[in-house]
Amino acid sequence: MALKKGSSSIQKLIEEKKKNKSVHSIIEKLIPTILLLTAVISVLTTFGIVFTLIFETFTFFTKVSFIEFITSKKWYPFSETQGSYGILPLVSGTLRVTLIAIIVAVPIGLASAIFLSEYAHENTRRIIKPILEVLAGIPTIVYGFFALTFVTPILREFIPQLEIFNALSPGIVIGIMITPMIASLSEDAMSSVPNSMREGALALGSTKFEVSMKVVLPAAISGIVASIVLAVSRAIGETMIVAVAGGSTPTWGWDVTGSIQTMTAYIVQVSTGDAGYGTTIYYSIYAVGMTLFVFTLVMNLLAQYIAKRFREVY
Amino acid sequence: MKLIDHSKVVKNMAPRLLWNQVFKVIFFIATLFGLFVLGILLYRIFTQGSGYLSLDFLQNLPSRKPERAGIKTALIGTVWLVGVVAPVSLLIGVGTALYLEEYAKKSRFTDFIQVNISNLAGVPSIVFGLLGLTLFVRAFALGTSVLAAGLTMSLLVLPVIIVASQEAIRAVPNELREASFGMGATKWQTIIRVVLPAAIPGILTGGILALSRAIGETAPLVVLGLPLFIAFLPKTVFDTFTVLPMQIYNWTSRPQEEFHALAAAGIIILLVMLIIMNSIAVLIRNKFQKRY
Repeated sequence: MALKKGSSSIQKLIEEKKKNKSVHSIIEKLIPTILLLTAVISVLTTFGIVFTLIFETFTFFTKVSFIEFITSKKWYPFSETQGSYGILPLVSGTLRVTLIAIIVAVPIGLASAIFLSEYAHENTRRIIKPILEVLAGIPTIVYGFFALTFVTPILREFIPQLEIFNALSPGIVIGIMITPMIASLSEDAMSSVPNSMREGALALGSTKFEVSMKVVLPAAISGIVASIVLAVSRAIGETMIVAVAGGSTPTWGWDVTGSIQTMTAYIVQVSTGDAGYGTTIYYSIYAVGMTLFVFTLVMNLLAQYIAKRFREVY
Repeated sequence: MKLIDHSKVVKNMAPRLLWNQVFKVIFFIATLFGLFVLGILLYRIFTQGSGYLSLDFLQNLPSRKPERAGIKTALIGTVWLVGVVAPVSLLIGVGTALYLEEYAKKSRFTDFIQVNISNLAGVPSIVFGLLGLTLFVRAFALGTSVLAAGLTMSLLVLPVIIVASQEAIRAVPNELREASFGMGATKWQTIIRVVLPAAIPGILTGGILALSRAIGETAPLVVLGLPLFIAFLPKTVFDTFTVLPMQIYNWTSRPQEEFHALAAAGIIILLVMLIIMNSIAVLIRNKFQKRY
């Protein structure tokens, strides 16, 4: 169109184009900076978490001695006369629940992973995997409700001394919650073991079970262990299930039939209570949160290290 | 010399085959266990809660009398929360993904951002609550408002959106970009008119999954100090509010059976919302996903 109008309008077009270009070049220069700013927000979030926890925990330790915090087996923050802040009972509660969860989740999760990766037909896998994902997507408060109103009453039929709030029921339910995670991540690890290795073992006369246990499992072990460590981290940080079904009695020991309190459940208890801003109890949730954060961070880093360091490359 | 003792092999054959069959069944049962639990869970919650499900339940304000209690405030509150989380987390998440995939050169800094994102995904949600309590509720003085809760939740689901968007952007083939550059388009024009439209189904799928996580999360909101019982609706983002999981938590933690039934009814509503959202995600993935 422009060509028909003669050369002068073409010059005009070029002029206009040049003008537009300057607008464009400003946009082109601005956009990367704006996008970089959004990317920095995720880094700032991490710094925010670390600084918040360190700062408020520091304030907490001006009121309570650090030695008492990590060695005392008494956690009585609500005592009027002499509050006692020893984190060990809360850690013990968390570890008991986590251990039960792992005992439930590892065998079931690994067995499902082996079935899906080695035995299941492609169509079966396509049906079962999404269902496991649904199980992983259910809100934890729903699992908490399930633990309190279904699992606990059933367990009490078999174990009469079990209290209404206990470590066993939330432990089992957290185990159910993290099973899909172990199954799915381990299945990914097993599926990436090359078929030639299976075929080699089958050609030597192995049964499918022997191939799974002696060839595929060892070859995928780094991915499997990493998935278990990640699941442990999830179980440690799980909150609503233990807050609903675990109780609020910090105890030290190995008893799983009585009421307990985990680190996360303590934070919930204080948050829903009426401890005012600036009290020792208020700062104590940051100290507990810091401990929780360190536990899960170590687990996550460990999982990454295992997945990288011990990966067999084919 | 014989390398294989034939009689031994024959003798071991039967038990080996037997173990093979036995474990095949065991593995299968373990896989069914998940489906079994899911079935029981849904059945229990439905039989417990269906008695309280009615239009009144959706329209009533919460009440101390179980027969008159409803979830109106919680339901509307959840919608408000999504209204804040969706734009904030999508803008930041997609921006980060675009920066990392399209602009960032491989450097220590980009590696650091990437590692940081995967570590952030592993931080327990309750710790995000502590961050939100210090930063948004106290330092920014937003109180237990929709905005404070929405920003906290946005940070929580950010890693999910970033990773999903990165995968979607990475899946757009380079030929498309090169064709666009060849036509004289600038980098940003290419991104906004070629890359993003091609990646949008993947981004939306990830976004919806992230939102469904935000809807179901309880722990960070408990830490922020959101009220467990509230009888009015928020009018602006600076008003206090409550959400479905908080209401369910409130009812679950009461000893009376009637409130447990109410909690179950609330859970049914929550699960229906999640199922609808996930179905939309699957639909988008199936309908718009192009394979290059």
